[in-house]
Amino acid sequence: MKAPAFDYVRAKDAAEAQALLARHGDGARLLAGGQSLLATLNLRLSEPAILIDIGRIGLDAIEMRRDALHIGALVTHAAIARSVLVAQHVPLLADAAPHIAHAAIRNRGTIGGSLGLADPAAEWPACALALGATLILSSSARGERRLAAGDFFQGLYQTAMAPDEMILGVDFPVLAPDERQACPELTRRHGDYAIVGVACALRLVAGRVRGLRAAFFGVGPTPMLAREAMAAAEGETPAEAARAATKALPRDLDPPDDPSMDAATRLHLAQVLLRRAITRLAA
Amino acid sequence: MKISISVNGEHVAVDVAPRMHLIDMLRDRLDLTGSHVGCEHGVCGACTILLDGVAVRGCLVLAVQADGCAVLTVEGMAQDARFDDLRAAFVAHNALQCGYCTPGMLAVAAELLDAGGTPDREAIRAHMSGNYCRCTGYQAIIDAVETVMKARA
Repeated sequence: MKAPAFDYVRAKDAAEAQALLARHGDGARLLAGGQSLLATLNLRLSEPAILIDIGRIGLDAIEMRRDALHIGALVTHAAIARSVLVAQHVPLLADAAPHIAHAAIRNRGTIGGSLGLADPAAEWPACALALGATLILSSSARGERRLAAGDFFQGLYQTAMAPDEMILGVDFPVLAPDERQACPELTRRHGDYAIVGVACALRLVAGRVRGLRAAFFGVGPTPMLAREAMAAAEGETPAEAARAATKALPRDLDPPDDPSMDAATRLHLAQVLLRRAITRLAA
Repeated sequence: MKISISVNGEHVAVDVAPRMHLIDMLRDRLDLTGSHVGCEHGVCGACTILLDGVAVRGCLVLAVQADGCAVLTVEGMAQDARFDDLRAAFVAHNALQCGYCTPGMLAVAAELLDAGGTPDREAIRAHMSGNYCRCTGYQAIIDAVETVMKARA
């Protein structure tokens, strides 16, 4: 279908975007890459009064800031996929990027848009949660604040962002020397939403798994940290870590039944994915 | 809202409503009906065009967002010698039947060709995976793109 009618304004910088957000309130939506928002409008699932286009305000840098890799809110999925800095310092993101939709979507869609939308089957929210990334939010009334990914995702498409706030960027901790990262996911067809996926990181120290981080997506209303599985793997050999984490996983996840798949199957697939991820990363 | 845009190398000024998709502006206002409209929510790939050199969904870009940008559609590709080999390969391999998906297929293939190298069939398939074709079963399309990539390498 065609989108409903709306007003449109193009912000010239982040400050103006925040001022416009404050002025227009709940009726306004930020338009970044538009790859989810415009699809939603075309399907008439949303009817904002005004779109504030932030596509030309910058915020598109990938750069080291102190000990973190900073990714601006308007960096596209495609730019993350081809970034040398990302591949070197946060390889989880490089591994996840090809899973996101298709090439033409990755050319427009942005990491800030994905984090702000908080789709429970999306890759970037799970990656941010797994690595303990920090989101940089800003509003014209209260200025900037930094928020851990763990505090940001609150429910189905719900975040801790206030209506007048926007995401400026996200800081990812850089890879530790003995750390490995991967983001495998299962889909029916290439580019589909994940049936289940896991953003996974671990360190291998003297043949033992340390500091396993596993954030699942597609299995609940938000990305979910598998805390019991993470604890079960601590200090174990790779084989035992994979076995123990897989066994503990049902205590972390309670996927819903849905028409495409029953809960037991989805949980089983999550276990298969986690076992494979740990086995591959610790090899 | 008045926008100024380069379409297939020609500068045009158009007055559009904010809600108008770029693909509808091209088809309905500029009569460039070579690009097709399929699902209108980014899934099928039929409306894929090149915007500032990268493949985008024409149904997921507003015309007002393309203000000041350069669009290349299948009509522009048809008159551009850079794509002669790609078009010829599609013909030689019977990489189309009804042709509905072909303008979008050519756009994403052009982007892959721009990146260069000789990706294997799996990589070509992954790159083209966002474009549906209901006639060919895809093999001939991949054959055509692979042939051009190898010939250009």
